[in-house]
Amino acid sequence: MKEKAQIVNPFLYVLPDLMELTDFLNGIRNLCLAGYSPLCFFGTARQELLCGMALAGKEPILLRCLFPQDMQYQSLSMEFPAFHLFERELWEEFGVTPLGHPWLKPVRFPIGGQQSMEQYPFFSSESSALHEVGVGPVHAGVIEPGHFRFICHGERIEHLEIQLGYQHRGIMNLLSQGDIRQKMPLAECIAGDTAIGHGLAYCSAIETLCNVSVPTALQTVRLIALELERIAMHLADLSALAGDIAYLSGQNFFAALRTTIINSSLAICGSRFGKRWLKPGGINYGLSKEQNSLLRSTLEEAGRQIERCTRAMFADAGVLNRFDSTGSVSKKAALELNFSGVTAKASGLAIDARCDFPLSAYTEFSPLCLDSGDVFARASIRAKEIEQSLDMIAHMLSTLPPVSAKDSVSLPPPMPDKLCIAITEGWRGRIVHVVKTDSESGTEFYRVIDPSLHNWFALALAVRNEGISDFPLCNKSFDLSYCGTDL
Amino acid sequence: MIINFLFILLLPLLFIGVINKTKAIWAGRKGASILQPLYTVIKLMGKSEVHSHSSSHIFCWAPSLSLAATFIAALFIPFGAQHAVLSFKGDFFLFMSLLALSKAVIVLAAMDVGSSFEGMGASREISFTAFLEPAFLLIIGSLAYAGGFGTLGQLFLHHRVYIFNEWSVIIAVLTALALFIMMLVEGARVPFDDPATHLELTMIHEVMVLDTSGVNLAMVHYASALKVQIYASMISYFFIPEGMHSLSIIAVYLLSSFGLAISAGLVESLMPRYRISRNLELVIIPLSISLLVLAALIVHNLGGI
Repeated sequence: MKEKAQIVNPFLYVLPDLMELTDFLNGIRNLCLAGYSPLCFFGTARQELLCGMALAGKEPILLRCLFPQDMQYQSLSMEFPAFHLFERELWEEFGVTPLGHPWLKPVRFPIGGQQSMEQYPFFSSESSALHEVGVGPVHAGVIEPGHFRFICHGERIEHLEIQLGYQHRGIMNLLSQGDIRQKMPLAECIAGDTAIGHGLAYCSAIETLCNVSVPTALQTVRLIALELERIAMHLADLSALAGDIAYLSGQNFFAALRTTIINSSLAICGSRFGKRWLKPGGINYGLSKEQNSLLRSTLEEAGRQIERCTRAMFADAGVLNRFDSTGSVSKKAALELNFSGVTAKASGLAIDARCDFPLSAYTEFSPLCLDSGDVFARASIRAKEIEQSLDMIAHMLSTLPPVSAKDSVSLPPPMPDKLCIAITEGWRGRIVHVVKTDSESGTEFYRVIDPSLHNWFALALAVRNEGISDFPLCNKSFDLSYCGTDL
Repeated sequence: MIINFLFILLLPLLFIGVINKTKAIWAGRKGASILQPLYTVIKLMGKSEVHSHSSSHIFCWAPSLSLAATFIAALFIPFGAQHAVLSFKGDFFLFMSLLALSKAVIVLAAMDVGSSFEGMGASREISFTAFLEPAFLLIIGSLAYAGGFGTLGQLFLHHRVYIFNEWSVIIAVLTALALFIMMLVEGARVPFDDPATHLELTMIHEVMVLDTSGVNLAMVHYASALKVQIYASMISYFFIPEGMHSLSIIAVYLLSSFGLAISAGLVESLMPRYRISRNLELVIIPLSISLLVLAALIVHNLGGI
């Protein structure tokens, strides 16, 4: 069991001194070699590069330098692949070219500012033995837009390229305009299915910038909300996984149980997805004594039913046949490419912001972990995390006094010239929000890094050498967000 | 005669309706009426069609040809009556060819559209057929040869299952099992295919008709339901002893069709789908069973090798 780290998430910084470009890059290299992984890496409107490097249990280290004079530098991606998306973002947003980047393609915008996806430089093969299958951006069912380009040899996938950016909303710009304290509705729709995860990251960042501390009971309610969201979404994923293999019982029963969970959120805050439950400075809806005991008994009953359904599903030979050894991601890849959440934990990488960078209300927590990295591992991690979260909620509720939303604190204007990094563990993985205030307490920039940004690449790796008919199953086992990536 | 036609027209869609109803009840839902597939087909009949720019004339006439071929094939089977509408010596071969023709034109139409999805579906469907056709011929051929039957109609009506003769029972059970699996494969049902999926990449039969719409789609739906019903009818006749009164035949036929639809629904409710890459291994099962039938017949009729 990991000890609770003695650090305070969210992290507050005054901008560090500017470094020379070579020092900056060497600093990053040395930290990478020391086991740090990049938390954020981006350019700012002040023509500066900012890089946050994280190691579990340590305060993230911030590095800063000016854009290179000739707007190009030696790419880090070849050495440390975790940077490949960050460098593409930087190139796309500010034209700073990472020389020698192996896969320099746009992330969110059509190439070169032209509004034409026809010019996207897809990887293609001249071989007459291979054929290409394009799926999307418009999909069957209620799915967000994204284009998948497969290169197949018969039924076997040789290569998958995922191209997103169809619903770029400019959310980071919107967040940095106007009063930062009033952006909760926006933060909640960074990814609609992670309203609490992103909302909590936003709230804690703002509270830290405004230098207020929220009473512990209120913070506990927020964590309960976060775990409820995790349970509901994991149940939805188990249901969808069962649906993809036409395992009718699993599909229906898990979907029904998810309704039980999200209806508990509905009973408390009026929204099944927990929207408007949290607010910067506290919560909008408290938990009375009656609500507390009702929630406990509901979850207890749901827990029993979930256990039965899980046991039945994971004992079914047909289900195991489909899940086992399908879509494997290696631990090495997960480590090198900065995957997080279920994706990383199923590949044997025990990273979880709840123990690596715990918010103050967390007590001891140890992440669950499996080694095989396949669909089975991701499905069972979800099943086990549901159980774990139910236990956590039960524990928190049992010691929670009646909480009233009136105990929320009001927020003074944020401190000027400060930078805050807030990290939460959403149900998909590590959510990072980076906020910087300017000298008049306005917002200079607001960066959002959803776990999906990195994890999409795990899907591309997982389906290599799999049958193309197993792609939907692999895709569902990751269940990544399109809009969280597009922002 | 009239009963034959009536059942051919109405039963197939009801059969699919019963399967869907069974799945719904198993899942704890009320589910759509068992007449829903019928309503869908009627609705589609009233719709106009959209043709892909890349498709040729094949795409326009393939569904009607497929339906016509399946319909004529159905006439060789006694659908709840004493006799099949059509029958002549050696009609098995025409029957098989008609079913093959029906499938071939749908595959052609799928490839005609030029979509990569539909090409994939076509290749999957055709690979199944390669294993099912020999199995079917082997079973029917051995049963016909052993019993001295000349036509399909005779074969199913006069084939006797002696309940006190273990070989006779074994042969009947094995044949029924092989036909049931063939019904699931040909009808694009779970565990070989999933008619309810919305995921193009995993579809087999559905993906081939993605571009089909309106009346043509209605014909495709009806033709594939009819194919399922043809297999169900063949199985049903194992429950009908020779010389039964025609009213009783109808009753037994309807009951066993109903029972088969429910069992197909239960299979779909209880079993997850197989991996497509492993489907082919499993589609060989009917072929293996048909070899067993042949072996059993040899033992039964010739008293051993």
